[in-house]
Amino acid sequence: MNIIIAGDGKVGSMLTKQLSAEGYDITLIDANPKVLESTEEMYDIMAVQGNCASMEVLEQAGIKDADLLIAATSADEINLLCCLTAHGMNQKLPTIARIRNPEYSDQIIKMREVFPLAMTINPEKQAAVEIERLLKFPGFLKRDTFAKGRVEIVELRVDNDSPLCNHTLADLDSVVGCKILVCAVLRDGSAVAPDGNYTLLAGDRIFVTAPTNTLETLLKNLHIITHKVKRVLICGGGRLCYYLAKLLVESGISVHVIEQDYDRCVHFAGMLPGVTVIHGDASDEHLLESEGIDDCDALVTLTGLDELNMVISLQGTIRKVPQVITKLGRVDNSHILDRLPIGSTISPKRLCCNTIVRYVRALRDQTGAALSVHAIADGQAEALEFRVDEHTRHIGEPLKQLHIKKNVLVVCITHGGIQEIPGGDSSFAKGDTVIIVTSGDVVIYQLNDIFEA
Amino acid sequence: MNQKMIARFIGKILLVGGVFMLPAYILSLCYREKEAGQAFLLSITVTMLIGGALVTANKGAKRGFHAKEGLVCVGLSWIVLGLFGALPFFFSGAIPNYVDALFEIISGFTTTGASILPEVESLPKSILYWRSFSHWLGGMGVLVFLLAVSSGDERSKGFTMHLLRAESPGPKVGKLVPRMKQTAEILYILYIALTVLDIFFLLIGGMPLFDAVCTAFGTAGTGGFGIKNDSIAGYSPYLQNVCTVFMLLFGVNFSCYYLLLLRQVKSVFKDEELRMYIAVILGSIALITWNLWGFYETFGETFRHAAFQVATIVTTTGFATTDFDLWPSFSKGILVCLMLLGACAGSTGGGFKCGRALLVLKGLRRSVRQIVHPGKVEVVRMNGRPVEEKILENTNAYLAAYTLIIIGSFFVVCLDGFSMTTSITAVFACFNNIGPGLELVGPTCNYSGFGILSKLILILDMLAGRLEIFPILILFSRTTWGKR
Repeated sequence: MNIIIAGDGKVGSMLTKQLSAEGYDITLIDANPKVLESTEEMYDIMAVQGNCASMEVLEQAGIKDADLLIAATSADEINLLCCLTAHGMNQKLPTIARIRNPEYSDQIIKMREVFPLAMTINPEKQAAVEIERLLKFPGFLKRDTFAKGRVEIVELRVDNDSPLCNHTLADLDSVVGCKILVCAVLRDGSAVAPDGNYTLLAGDRIFVTAPTNTLETLLKNLHIITHKVKRVLICGGGRLCYYLAKLLVESGISVHVIEQDYDRCVHFAGMLPGVTVIHGDASDEHLLESEGIDDCDALVTLTGLDELNMVISLQGTIRKVPQVITKLGRVDNSHILDRLPIGSTISPKRLCCNTIVRYVRALRDQTGAALSVHAIADGQAEALEFRVDEHTRHIGEPLKQLHIKKNVLVVCITHGGIQEIPGGDSSFAKGDTVIIVTSGDVVIYQLNDIFEA
Repeated sequence: MNQKMIARFIGKILLVGGVFMLPAYILSLCYREKEAGQAFLLSITVTMLIGGALVTANKGAKRGFHAKEGLVCVGLSWIVLGLFGALPFFFSGAIPNYVDALFEIISGFTTTGASILPEVESLPKSILYWRSFSHWLGGMGVLVFLLAVSSGDERSKGFTMHLLRAESPGPKVGKLVPRMKQTAEILYILYIALTVLDIFFLLIGGMPLFDAVCTAFGTAGTGGFGIKNDSIAGYSPYLQNVCTVFMLLFGVNFSCYYLLLLRQVKSVFKDEELRMYIAVILGSIALITWNLWGFYETFGETFRHAAFQVATIVTTTGFATTDFDLWPSFSKGILVCLMLLGACAGSTGGGFKCGRALLVLKGLRRSVRQIVHPGKVEVVRMNGRPVEEKILENTNAYLAAYTLIIIGSFFVVCLDGFSMTTSITAVFACFNNIGPGLELVGPTCNYSGFGILSKLILILDMLAGRLEIFPILILFSRTTWGKR
């Protein structure tokens, strides 16, 4: 499948890496020859230099034979123009545009009617939704939802005083008092697919599959105190902050935003009347103190500088803010950053890549494609959701009799609205939803791919 | 420096090299050439064993592979391939001196066609086949072949780009399609198709199959090893004309053929390099035909010889239908200039390349204009597109390295005490992968008279010419082998 990616920025290069590794043929367009050259040397792709909205450049990139166009340059308008031009040259081509300007976000549905777009992505908005979900269940570092929100894979850090510490996975059920499954453990930066004899240590980050309705029990039994978030302090007033503040204000949470740029503060205050906007430097300890960092329920750092976000978040953890969330723009060194106590980390780029990868896989394979794909454990493992249909092999056979590929784990089966964490005797039937976690180099496109050939 | 990975890669190259010797071995069985057969069997065994050992011993090599490793791999694998490819000549006794055997096979792989053999017709057929086949392999490149056949497991990603860049000639090497493997496949398919077409036309003209195959290999790789003592001169005018046409075809950038297949005929004929190539050929043929007036009996014969010689020199092949050393000075002068110019980038030919010459000229024109108008800002364009400054810089650096190597090699070759013309054209002919020069290295003579030092220098020149200097130069740099 030929995919054209316009814009070799952070999202563009991340998509290039992921999609090229999955076997798609990538042509990358960017105006800057230097960036292109380094990307071309890193991945097996073709690079075309030029303006992605120009017909000549699109022609050169092979728009006629392309199967998908992803426009992810830094400017929304160029992305739109690029998709529009491309559509004119190839009517059948599905196009994805990144649109992230808050002023456009409300009209996105209208725009998709007018412009020939198969999909629009808004990384900041997606990240805002994700952060809001995290704020609803403090204690989890990340949450990924499956089966229409009934099953989740949550990420937890095992602390020194955690009841999980020094227990093997086999006797985990008795500790937490409900049935859960640890599908991946991140220790010292690398992901492990654990078995029953695996002992959890302090500092591990574990990925747990559990039905959504048991999450509260899980948190209670792990002595992670849940209390409702009422007051949130946000540092940095960018696009992401706008989307998040809007969501939080709508659910009745009091929001304070600290932003350094005065004009932006004014703009922001104008757009979101219910939010307290403070003009000042968020790295200033006194300002944080006077704005009540010690008695807020959550601290979210969203400035454009990763370093600054980390420093402010460290302040927050030291001052015992119950929940700290840090935005990271660069994702390639997150395994180093995870050793710092900076709470949950969130990367809008990664979220947006996940969405696109999911779309591409569905496009490739209309039947039997994954219903959803989530990258977990710093992208070293993947959780996929499939529906069992008549083409699925081994229906009704108990799992212990099946030969399932190495590094592939069946973590949840949903029969008619009832979630089951599977054991050796479980089996799947037609119409079930199955969640699979894979780690290492295994790429799964269809449910049947999990079986040994 | 990831030495283990490089060793493993060299091992793989040796395995491929061993496989490529198999057809020659089979041929020796068909023609009942006992000594040559044993030599091939022994060479294959040695090559495969050492290759296999290198691959298995370095199984756990790390994946780290960067520009430096890519270049070193290319340079080393060509040298190693030469060292082992020379074994059949040496073992069979066809060329008893190992340095001579090395000269012969490097001349083959680099598609030079310079020979140290005064007489080839008495050689076993399988040895002749191996000589010509080395041209065919070296023409498109062994590493490109490896890229085409290797499975996608080579997740070494972009480093393959360094291999293609190092092995395909030209100032800017790009892929035809996003995947390296497919690009390499397309190149080889085009190459094979053109070769088969060449064989077909030669067979129609009544050439025996063995001769046709060997001649086509020599033409395709723009090599120039003949299987007759008088090269192509003994064949009929039709066969000579077929050779002329196919030599010129193999001197064209292969991406032009790909574009033709995609029916983008317009963009092919708008290609400035191709236009220059055609203009240079037509101009040279016209001038030489005019200069040779009365040298041959008929106009047709004059034209045929002029066209053949221009084609063989500009594409850096090195076949001959006549002893052009006897021609008047003006014609010889044109041929020497063509030696330096060479064929198009991305073809199997050698030399400085038309595309590079065009860039240098355009850069020069800009410099002159900037002297007149000091504040003038001008962008050099090629095929209507602006050329990046970095490429211009690289081209000028290439010109500097090219000139320096010619001067340096000339000094060393002069030690042997031959005339100036012999020495300088020997360097030209080897460095530009042509083969025959003038006077003592002219089309009817050979390189056997040179001393060992000169031969070794010429071997390095051939390699540097084929791989476009830098992969060989980097092997002699101390920073390459030190720690980062």
